[in-house]
Amino acid sequence: MNLEFTEEMTMLQDGLNKFLQHEYDFESRQKLSRQGIGYSEEHWQSFAEMGLLGVAFDEQYGGFGLGQTGLIVVMEAIGKGLVLEPYLASIILGGQLVQQAGNEQQKEHILPALISGELKLAFAYVERQGRYNLADIACKAEKQSAGYLITGQKSVAFNAETADHIIVSARTSGDTISKDGISLFLINKSTKGLSFRHYETVDGLRASEVSLNDVMVDSSALLGELDNAYVTIESVLDSAAAAICAEGVGVVGQLREKTVEYLKTRKQFNQVIGHFQVLQHRVVDMFMAEEQMRSLAYLAAIRVDEGQFDARTKSVSAAKIYMGDARSIVAEQAAQLHGGIGVTDELDVAHYVKRLTMLNTLFGDRDYHLQRFSKV
Amino acid sequence: MDLKYTEQEQVFQQEVREFLHANYPVDIQQKVAKGIALKKSDYVRWQKILADKGWVAPGWPKEFGGPGWTPVEKYIFEEECGAANCLRTVAFGLVMLAPVLIQFGTDEQRKKYLGDIYNSDLWWCQGYSEPNAGSDLASLQTKAVKEGDHYIVNGSKTWTTHGHYADMMFTLVRTSQEDKKQKGISFLLIDMKAAGVTVDPIITVDGMHVVNQIFLEDVKVPVENLVGIEGDGWTIAKYLLQHERTYIAQVPRSKKQIARLKKLAQQEMYNGKPLIEDSQFSAKIAQVEVELMALEMTNLRVLSKLSAGDSPGVESSLLKIKGTEVQQAITALLMEAVGYFGFPYIKETMLEGWQDEPIGPEEASVLAPHYFDWRKSSIYGGSNEIQKNIMAKAVLGL
Repeated sequence: MNLEFTEEMTMLQDGLNKFLQHEYDFESRQKLSRQGIGYSEEHWQSFAEMGLLGVAFDEQYGGFGLGQTGLIVVMEAIGKGLVLEPYLASIILGGQLVQQAGNEQQKEHILPALISGELKLAFAYVERQGRYNLADIACKAEKQSAGYLITGQKSVAFNAETADHIIVSARTSGDTISKDGISLFLINKSTKGLSFRHYETVDGLRASEVSLNDVMVDSSALLGELDNAYVTIESVLDSAAAAICAEGVGVVGQLREKTVEYLKTRKQFNQVIGHFQVLQHRVVDMFMAEEQMRSLAYLAAIRVDEGQFDARTKSVSAAKIYMGDARSIVAEQAAQLHGGIGVTDELDVAHYVKRLTMLNTLFGDRDYHLQRFSKV
Repeated sequence: MDLKYTEQEQVFQQEVREFLHANYPVDIQQKVAKGIALKKSDYVRWQKILADKGWVAPGWPKEFGGPGWTPVEKYIFEEECGAANCLRTVAFGLVMLAPVLIQFGTDEQRKKYLGDIYNSDLWWCQGYSEPNAGSDLASLQTKAVKEGDHYIVNGSKTWTTHGHYADMMFTLVRTSQEDKKQKGISFLLIDMKAAGVTVDPIITVDGMHVVNQIFLEDVKVPVENLVGIEGDGWTIAKYLLQHERTYIAQVPRSKKQIARLKKLAQQEMYNGKPLIEDSQFSAKIAQVEVELMALEMTNLRVLSKLSAGDSPGVESSLLKIKGTEVQQAITALLMEAVGYFGFPYIKETMLEGWQDEPIGPEEASVLAPHYFDWRKSSIYGGSNEIQKNIMAKAVLGL
């Protein structure tokens, strides 16, 4: 057993931390978030040059082959810097779908370009009635002689605006809520019938509503087996959930650090407020939550790499549950301990609070994962 | 022990209900129900309707224009207003300053201000907190130095709600440096249009502008704007904060929000069934309802004591903590109810006149911003930690 980072991971981490230090101060982040596409293409190219985009992919496609554990350092840094670039949307969701479900041709066509930063993906899987149930899919794909005709609505597809291809989950057979009969399609963004409504998200990212109106794709657009995509979707979303748990560790670390710093400097009643035991205990609770979250995030990554279904789902859900708890233990308390300034737009704390809160929602909230955990 | 209203109280309840039904503007009601930002003109319009009826200032003694209601009648009024999604009257003038003027002010001050407060012709804000005086309010540093028949005021106030709307600000200032910091504080009324007053907006986490920082630079304030005597400010402030804290509990509003939550959970689907049928989610609603039920009964017990002639005391601290905890828990559940639809942030949906098609459930995009914004409620009005200190000292004798 060895739970230390490998040399490669440490190098990645150092490179990323340096990048964040120089290029990603909070003011620059806020500016980026509020203009244009909501992130920097230049940063994206830097990520490609640093090798970040290929961390988890197989070496034969230009990746580093570090797997899910390799993503820990990347995602923790993304959390730490409140990074806006579409790493989760394009590399983890999009890239993992292609890596896990794609045929040789699709992988060769997509992955090297994805890793070099030339191409981006987005995954449209949320539906209005579905909540967190990944099998609740009403969007329909009908077999036609030349391919498939897809019609339906998808919601909250992250970074679809700048993606070149959208991967869509659609029902090719079976009833809504049936795990059988779901298929994935890789659709070029310029395909006729595909339309978008782009917006900012509450945590400063970008997402889109996606309408598919008689979108005609040919058979080669099918990603993975017909009717059998559920297992892939679940696996990729577990990988993504494990990744955002590492992101959450980065966010929580910042909230803990900033709150402790504030307790050491803010004076009331003729002393720094860090002298008050009631406040000390709250930041100690934050610290403990952070360490436990880190443990579960590492565990989840290891289990994802091992690939055993029960162990994977259980550990991923455990990590997500803990991150849900962190909403009250860390996010709400960080705001509370900062007082009024903690709920202003101007201070970075509020933005870490927002991200941690929305990380609970993403890929199923605490309640969803409690239920899933108890059923495994 | 009996919870039922007397026949007379029931008649009153019916009267309030009918009045609200007939007179509360529907457009304002819609804005409140949907969580849309309210404008000064909305408040003024509704308050003037209430003023015409004689109901705008339930807390005022009858001789100053109050309706002369019993504590139970006041409660009924608040409850009916909550149930009708009424806009709450702005507290600064009507609920906070007016009782202070009545208790501590001069006849001239009462004559000068009460009428305009009653008719919403004079808009007030509260100058209490300072950048370096939050929970430790008594350490405030804004200075007022007497020169002839004026005070010269220098300093800064912050978290000033509606500071950009206000004509006047009631302010705590330091008029002398005593060894006990509470002693040198005075209560001063400052004209927001006076030279040297600057209002800087503070944008909160929801992206909205409600609070401000106020800068005071050599502001000349006539001595007749002092309320009470010099050095009496802390006593006045405490008196006023008790009024603020009971106002903060907002039981009727929370009841309405629970109803809104249930409606939303009925409408949202999960696993092919309404979300409210999900046992986990409905248990979470139940948990908040139990807390609210207890809070309402505690509130009624306080009320019953008031009716028997007791004065409000530290109960206001309890009501403030539990009230804000319930409010915050409901905002969290509302956000959770819409799942992924908490993500879209469309600021315009929180403003008047937005007509586009909603993304996901109607109103969904205001729910996460509201959740974040309501974090403030356990901070303002004396943070919940300070309320616990008060109770530890005053109730438990620690």
